Amino acid sequence: MTPVIPEQHAHADTDTLRRTWRTKPGFIGWLSAVNHQDIGRRYIVTAFMFLLIGGIEALLMRLQLAKPENTFLSAGRYNQIFTLHGTTMMFLFAVPVMEGMGIYLVPLMIGTRNVAFPRLNAFGYWMYLAGGLFLYGCAFFNMIPDAGWFAYPPLSGPQFSPGKGVDAWAQMITFTEVSALCVAVELIVTILKMRAPGMSLNRMPMFCWSMLVQSFMIIFAMPAVMIASTVFLLNDRTLGTHFVNPAEGGDPLLYQHAFWFFGHPEVYIIFLPALGMVSSILETHTRRRIFGYPALVLSLVGNGFIAFGLWVHHMFATGLPQIGEAYFTAASMMIAITSGVQIFCWLATMWSGRLHATAAVHFVFGFLFIFVMGGMTGVMLASIPLDLQAHDTFFVVAHFHYVLIGGALFPLFGGFHYWFPKFTGRKIDETLGKVSFWILFVGFNTTFFPMHWLGLVGMTRRVYTYIPGLGWDYANLTATIGAFLILLGGLTFIANVLRSRRFGERAGNDPWQGSTLEWEAQSPPEPYNFPNLPVVTSRTPLWTPVSERPIVIGMREDRREVLITKVLDAEPHHRSVQPPPTLWPLLTALGFGIGLAGSIFAFNWYYLASLLGMIGLIGWFWPRRPLEVEQ
Amino acid sequence: MTQSVWHASGYNAAQIRELAIFFGLLLTAIFLIVEVVALLVLRRRHRGIQQEPLEASHQPGSGTESKLRTVVGISTAVTVLILFGLTILSVSVGKAVTASVAPAGSLKVEVTGKQWWWAVRYASDDASRVLLTANEIHIPVGRPIAMKGEAEDVIHSFWVPSLQGKRDLIPGRTTQEWLQASQPGEYRGQCAEFCGLQHAHMAFWVIAEPADQFQAWFDHQLQPAVEPTDEETQRGRAIFLRSACSLCHAIRGTDAAAQVGPDLTHFGSRRTIAAGTLPNNKGNLAGWIADPQTIKPGTHMATVAIQSAEMQPLIDYLESLK
Repeated sequence: MTPVIPEQHAHADTDTLRRTWRTKPGFIGWLSAVNHQDIGRRYIVTAFMFLLIGGIEALLMRLQLAKPENTFLSAGRYNQIFTLHGTTMMFLFAVPVMEGMGIYLVPLMIGTRNVAFPRLNAFGYWMYLAGGLFLYGCAFFNMIPDAGWFAYPPLSGPQFSPGKGVDAWAQMITFTEVSALCVAVELIVTILKMRAPGMSLNRMPMFCWSMLVQSFMIIFAMPAVMIASTVFLLNDRTLGTHFVNPAEGGDPLLYQHAFWFFGHPEVYIIFLPALGMVSSILETHTRRRIFGYPALVLSLVGNGFIAFGLWVHHMFATGLPQIGEAYFTAASMMIAITSGVQIFCWLATMWSGRLHATAAVHFVFGFLFIFVMGGMTGVMLASIPLDLQAHDTFFVVAHFHYVLIGGALFPLFGGFHYWFPKFTGRKIDETLGKVSFWILFVGFNTTFFPMHWLGLVGMTRRVYTYIPGLGWDYANLTATIGAFLILLGGLTFIANVLRSRRFGERAGNDPWQGSTLEWEAQSPPEPYNFPNLPVVTSRTPLWTPVSERPIVIGMREDRREVLITKVLDAEPHHRSVQPPPTLWPLLTALGFGIGLAGSIFAFNWYYLASLLGMIGLIGWFWPRRPLEVEQ
Repeated sequence: MTQSVWHASGYNAAQIRELAIFFGLLLTAIFLIVEVVALLVLRRRHRGIQQEPLEASHQPGSGTESKLRTVVGISTAVTVLILFGLTILSVSVGKAVTASVAPAGSLKVEVTGKQWWWAVRYASDDASRVLLTANEIHIPVGRPIAMKGEAEDVIHSFWVPSLQGKRDLIPGRTTQEWLQASQPGEYRGQCAEFCGLQHAHMAFWVIAEPADQFQAWFDHQLQPAVEPTDEETQRGRAIFLRSACSLCHAIRGTDAAAQVGPDLTHFGSRRTIAAGTLPNNKGNLAGWIADPQTIKPGTHMATVAIQSAEMQPLIDYLESLK
């Protein structure tokens, strides 16, 4: 099929553009890719692999808990598996997959050719991959963390967790945190400085807003976990410091504060992009501009701020002063307001629009059901007396799976169905999509709804077995059966993706008649995204008649030029030339990776990390030619 | 066995249960309203086509928009009011229920969490009335109990759902809460904070008894261990004292005084062994002593080499410590 080039792009020299922007062929070319589409796709595919691994771990746990006093897994193995499950899902799946979606979609949505720092982007991905491989590589040699995904000292300290498992856990966080910070910086600069002319902040798509807020949250949250896992825990373990060792005057609660100051915003870091996806899906599928755009944006920003004020509700049972606890109850309740406003706006959008119930919209409705229920149990957990009963039980397990799977995974699957034509050029099978939705929806509720009950009748979390006679048997068996339904739903989804990728109907540029700029690019997008950069005149640029859509001309096509615009109103400012593909980000990540991995065994490896990393950075920044041209 | 938030006994747990029911009903109602609206939206989707010329403007008429703004505005305001109310309610109930200072006239009990059992100490100004025991806490019905919590190794969390919410036991700190039982009963509790390999097998019992029964129990527990009466149990005591058992366990009234493992002075009177893992009977005890690592893998209870001929007297002796 020959690509359809709208009339106004007829004069663009697409051959030159393609030559300029393409990723070099061959294996070396593949390794040196710096285009946002390549990197974004890699993030998404890698993250889905980790989702699969984390899912298998979940199934193993459910098998062990299917009946009382089961001996399928030993106590030690079970503790390792739930630690890996939480760690994998939080650090290696949920955050990276959202970042991947952002890296892939944001430049398309704001009408530019690439992210702001392409090499940093590639470096971030390689660090993430290295972190994941490092954790599972250590697991392969039986250095498996077993202190839970938040690794409270003293249990995670050198005395009670000997061996290298917890070191591997803490150092893996270093990798993913570097990666997350790279993406955050990347997206903030891209969104603030590279929007298409005319796309003032108040015309920016909701998904970009959500990625912007999320990226700022990453910048504020990640240093806290660095302090917890690296400065406190890893130093205590490998260098003999005593930050959180009570025997030497350290304070284990200090770790909890630092960890949850990151850990709670982390949930919103995962879930804000999902909210952006819901807004995108609904706008297109209701055929109307999203209702309450300013309210939605303010709610996202509000979520971003409030999320930093409620970490202590993870620590109510530690016996903090009551006056402080009351403050954190109020803050935890408050986040329900900003989340509620968004739900109301979406309902209003659907009410007044013309809803098309595609597979993507099915997932949005799944989100509305599951996430709202998770929100309700969240309000219960904000109340200290209720939290003291529900804390650390299966009630909490149910709650956070409702908000994370309902709030992030269902919208992500919806978004995946929605953008699948853009990713692959083919439509995803709608019927199979809806079938997978129903299996996942029923499976999810079968698994996690009984856990609310289990928690209230006393089942604590992280137990590798339980005695009969406590009334927990049937609910646990039901949950295990549900887990296999989720597996079935997941396999249906994978089958659908693989099948539609090969045999799906050709989608064309804009199968949904979407409202935002990504639907103007080809499916899948050319490496340069747009033949001519678009100029935006409304909040829904693609719903503006073609004749009223100006374009940017005068950009050079024979080098990687992007247009830099002003932060607020996106007036053109200057052109910037991006560096070509290169192996240096990979080599730098490799250098740092070897050093960081080795450093859990001996401190000297840090010197190696510095040396190799420095060599990598010298190669990376070796001066070439002037990068910026004034206009 | 009762280990349930619903099976509340006593002031604190009952208050929390009422609050939970109120929260639960109100939030379920709100949830249902949101879902009903969502389903109505789904049913309405074909009617939208006639109502508004969306395809041209992608924006409903200004009348519809302002109506929607009103509805969303009111819903938000109602949300704020409800959450405000719930916050006030929660804080005011919580103030009494989760206070760390117990009401006057309370019985002082100190619990120390250890991997993976509970040391219990009844405090008293009179040193002769301080009682050490393990994994089983007897309390008088109707009297507030001031719980003090400490941890020896890692963080544990003390939780008896029928009586009160959790309180973490943190090394290097002392945490406090209070609870009260309103009916006699046996309430099971369990460690709620992941504390390592045998977190799952770190349970205990709280036995609430009428005041006079409690007093009788307490006075009896203060006594040293009963003297063995027959030859078999006398042999059992000798075996206990000369084997490795006495390196970790104390039996008051004998030379065994170590405080590494649970105090066994009145071991025979307890309901379970190995912190709620097994019912306390001779068969289970023999299994536990012979091979603790199979029953509770990773436990710090040592496998002590006891000859098979010596096992029976040892068990008879321990079970005689009523």
